Amino acid sequence: MHASSTDGTATPKVELRNVNLRYFSLEGETEALRDTSFSIAPGEFVAIIGQSGCGKSTLLSLISGILKPTDGAVLVDGKLVNGPSRKVGYMLQQDYLFEWRTILENAVLGAEIQGANMTTAREHAKQLLTKYGLGQFLHHLPRQLSGGMRQRVALARTLCTEPEIVLLDEPFAALDSQTRIALADEVTEILRREGKTAILVTHDIGEAISMSERVIVLSRRPGRVKSEHSIRFATSDGLRPNPFSARSAPEFNGYFNALWKELEVHVEG
Amino acid sequence: MSKANSATLASASPQYRNWLQRNRRDQIFVRVTQLAVLLVLLILWEVLPKAQIINPLFTSYPSMLWPTFLELLTATPQQASILSHTLSTVVATVIGFAAAMVLGTTIAATLWWWNSLYKVLDPYLVVANAMPKTAFVPIFYIWLGATLSIYGMSLAISLFVTILMIYSGFQSIDPNKIKLAQSFGASKGQILRKVVLPGSVPTLIATLKVNAGLSLVGVVVGEFQSANLGLGYLIQYGSQIFKMNIVMTAVTILAIVSSVMYLAISWLEAVVMRRR
Repeated sequence: MHASSTDGTATPKVELRNVNLRYFSLEGETEALRDTSFSIAPGEFVAIIGQSGCGKSTLLSLISGILKPTDGAVLVDGKLVNGPSRKVGYMLQQDYLFEWRTILENAVLGAEIQGANMTTAREHAKQLLTKYGLGQFLHHLPRQLSGGMRQRVALARTLCTEPEIVLLDEPFAALDSQTRIALADEVTEILRREGKTAILVTHDIGEAISMSERVIVLSRRPGRVKSEHSIRFATSDGLRPNPFSARSAPEFNGYFNALWKELEVHVEG
Repeated sequence: MSKANSATLASASPQYRNWLQRNRRDQIFVRVTQLAVLLVLLILWEVLPKAQIINPLFTSYPSMLWPTFLELLTATPQQASILSHTLSTVVATVIGFAAAMVLGTTIAATLWWWNSLYKVLDPYLVVANAMPKTAFVPIFYIWLGATLSIYGMSLAISLFVTILMIYSGFQSIDPNKIKLAQSFGASKGQILRKVVLPGSVPTLIATLKVNAGLSLVGVVVGEFQSANLGLGYLIQYGSQIFKMNIVMTAVTILAIVSSVMYLAISWLEAVVMRRR
């Protein structure tokens, strides 16, 4: 399982090869993913969309190494994923902050589990939290913070272990729409600046277009890659606009309608 | 619930002040009524036997409690003052209670670790919990002897409910919190130490509350059968020689002991929960 498979280009950061995943229960087996393959380049920001229950979250669990595929292979940096890796950080649908830990203690959870140097980890977490505007809440408890602030703590917790790949599982779904758009801006900007490879799972088409460079559409269960769309915006400086201004770019509606149609086909069967 | 401090009070609207005042009045009313209920019960207990409406031989009087207590400090059955009897009961209760918590938590953690062990033991645990443990008092006496059978009864009566409560607390931890820890590569031991145990503190405190009462029941029932020391023994002894003064004094001390234990646990709860 070494690189060099993908037509001579550099090793993809993340690669799925013919992945199948079935869940087993006494009621029977459920096929969540069938023959799914794609690859993601280093530093790329990719969104995966599809209807609920199409196996989007399963994909992330596979890449993070929490789940093992029934068939096929998941590779990170050309190496077979064999369990949770330090290269991968995972942001779940809710913050899941531990209510018995302070904000700072929550932010260093990953470092603590991975047995990192705690003095360094605490310094790093303080820097991150301060950068996200939470400097004066370090010793507060999660219940004293708003939803948007809590999700920022979750981001700091993810980035504190310095992962190269960040998995985002509808990380803004639980927030109100204004906080959601503001936070999407912040998170995208942070991940881009630090050159992280990011994989965002969402059922929000607007979020996918505005945040990512490429959108992968999954079919209904069992999930397969239905299509891929490159998202490009023409800007004067040649840089990608931030998610908020992307929403008002002229290209946005075209992408939106195209993706909307792809998802709609599934509703009818 | 934080009390309004003086700074906020200074800027409080008249309506808010009014509300606070009413709130305070309600609180005082509840406290006064609670005391009144106690007082009425004590008066009835004193007056009804005095008026020969009920037979004083069966009930004694509250006014006899203190004199009996003083008397039992010196002239006592088994050459032990009432303080030694009380101490003996309290020590046995605390030991039984602590053993049930430690053992129960350990067993619950073991069951959480090996799910198939839980599946095997589940019916036995449920039946063991439903058994009337007091039926084992004579058996424990034969097996364990006078002193150990009291600890044994105290442990037996609270152990199974402890296991079941704490295990179900472990089960109710949000699986996503565990998934989060796993995504950082947490081992099973780390998940137990960093997620499951700290997340179960409210359950542990609820279990403490249940156990404080149960352990005391176990000790007193054990003492009925096998002890020559302890409040349970004193109650048994007093009723055999038909001295209700002794019985009622011992029962009153039991009420005070359970209140103190309850207050201690409530204090612990307040300290722990301030961090949540």
